[in-house]
Amino acid sequence: MTSKDTLGNVLAERGVSRRTFLKFCTALASSMALAPSIVPAMAEALANAKRQSVIWLSFQECTGCTESLTRSAQPSIESLIFDFISLDYHHTLQAAAGHQAEKARDIAVEENKGKYLLIVDGSIPLDLDGAYSTIAGITNLQMLEEVAEHALAIVSVGTCAAYGGLPMAKPNPTGAVPVSDIITDKPIINIPGCPPIGEVITGVLAHFLTFGAIPELDSLGRPKAFYGETIHDRCYRRTFYDQGLFADTFDDEGARKGWCLYKLGCKGPVTYNSCATMKWNNETSFPIESGHGCIGCSQPGFWDMGGFYDALSEPLTDLRGTAATAVVAGAAAGVAVAAMNKKHKQEAKEKHFKVTGETIENDMNNK
Amino acid sequence: MDTGLLVWAKGTGLELATTIMLLGLAMRVVQILVLGRTNDLSEARHSDVMTYGVKTVFRRFLPPQGMLQKGLFVYITGYVFHIGIFIVLFFFIPHIEMIDGALGVSWPGLYSSFIDAVTVITLITLIAVLLNRVWHPVQRLLSTKEDYITWALTFLPLLTGYLAYHHMLFEYNLMLALHILSVEALMIAIPFSKLSHMVTLFFARWYNGVIAGRKGVQS
Repeated sequence: MTSKDTLGNVLAERGVSRRTFLKFCTALASSMALAPSIVPAMAEALANAKRQSVIWLSFQECTGCTESLTRSAQPSIESLIFDFISLDYHHTLQAAAGHQAEKARDIAVEENKGKYLLIVDGSIPLDLDGAYSTIAGITNLQMLEEVAEHALAIVSVGTCAAYGGLPMAKPNPTGAVPVSDIITDKPIINIPGCPPIGEVITGVLAHFLTFGAIPELDSLGRPKAFYGETIHDRCYRRTFYDQGLFADTFDDEGARKGWCLYKLGCKGPVTYNSCATMKWNNETSFPIESGHGCIGCSQPGFWDMGGFYDALSEPLTDLRGTAATAVVAGAAAGVAVAAMNKKHKQEAKEKHFKVTGETIENDMNNK
Repeated sequence: MDTGLLVWAKGTGLELATTIMLLGLAMRVVQILVLGRTNDLSEARHSDVMTYGVKTVFRRFLPPQGMLQKGLFVYITGYVFHIGIFIVLFFFIPHIEMIDGALGVSWPGLYSSFIDAVTVITLITLIAVLLNRVWHPVQRLLSTKEDYITWALTFLPLLTGYLAYHHMLFEYNLMLALHILSVEALMIAIPFSKLSHMVTLFFARWYNGVIAGRKGVQS
């Protein structure tokens, strides 16, 4: 057995102390809302975790998800976990190119049938038989179906893979769909975000390595541990929302005082993600902390949910035209109905004649 | 939680509701105005009957002499929930933002916590109004199905708004969508139910004032 066979050995080799490792496990356990008592067992399981074969397929995407995962300023345990997995195929990161690269994928599928984890980033175009995006002449659809067939589970990284993302934005020119529209017979974990937080991606991987199972998911297939609360719920500016103190522009007094960004279009109230607690760039900050509202990037359809700078409560369209048309049409209809009523009244009046006793008598005699 | 329903409510749903409400209201108002009233051939006792009409529109915001004591509960609850709804609807900042986005007009709002308190008071008052309607033998006898539907249509937007704001019952996205949908249901019902009084009360009072004025009676 080589020293690289277990995660514990790899971490020890890289100079990660037992204490640091336990601290990481505690943080991971708490971020996943697990009981503290599970930490020793978790540490044990993680330390003994074997290299997990991973195949990473990139479709209609921007590589931002990979960037998020690999661009941490200093190596963290999360990034070491990423180093530890056996990444058997990944366009951007692998050294191989051309036929060799595709062969590596075939070999990985063959050697780890039913055991490998499939990570997908990017949506899959279906129009023109998938011709909008191909890799080595194979359409994304075909490649996904082939690789997913023998996967243990699928992780859809980023909003494009999870929910269709920007490629799916109206008018969806390529007929883009998320992974879950195509693969329906495998467990799928969605890790949405544009991009998702790197630590969340590795956190889910760590969970998988520890327990050998997928974490608890919400109704949109996201791990509850990381997507259980809205940005708004955990936002440090929440108190200003409750007080009714809002920034009206990006450079007014409210903005300088760090008041709520709701009026400037913050979608925090409807966005489930852990940016407000886990933050970005080694826990430095997150968009709201640097003065910009949340754009709701981990929610399905965020790309078609109205302007990023329109307040959440604003309607999706300007209603002035609709309102004016409705009033004019209503008034016209009112005039028409009134005219009809008048005509009806007039007709009734014209038909009216006086009835006397004589008339009735004559009428009866005639019968 | 999916945002599909919310997007529909904020987009197509709102457009539909706005169209139906305004079209219906405009139609009914024009119909009433065109209908007019039969000419009163008697000589007016006052030359300024129009002033009587305008005065009556405002005077009837106050109870007639002696009526406040007789119907204290109805008057107080009536004032509280009408003013409460007005404050919540027009002074909650997200609502102002909504109106600004839709129609391009805005004004300053009030503290969210104040709006929250007003909402609670209004909700309690509306429940009291309903209980009174059910318990009071005369009110129960006078009440029709429409009265209860109207009550529910008025109550639901406040309740769903409160639940959404406090993140209760359902996830915020769904609750917010339900809130907007409940408002849209209310909007659609306005022209076709007694809720249209929010517009027609002005005509009704004006006519009453003018008719009374002609007869030389204060209305």
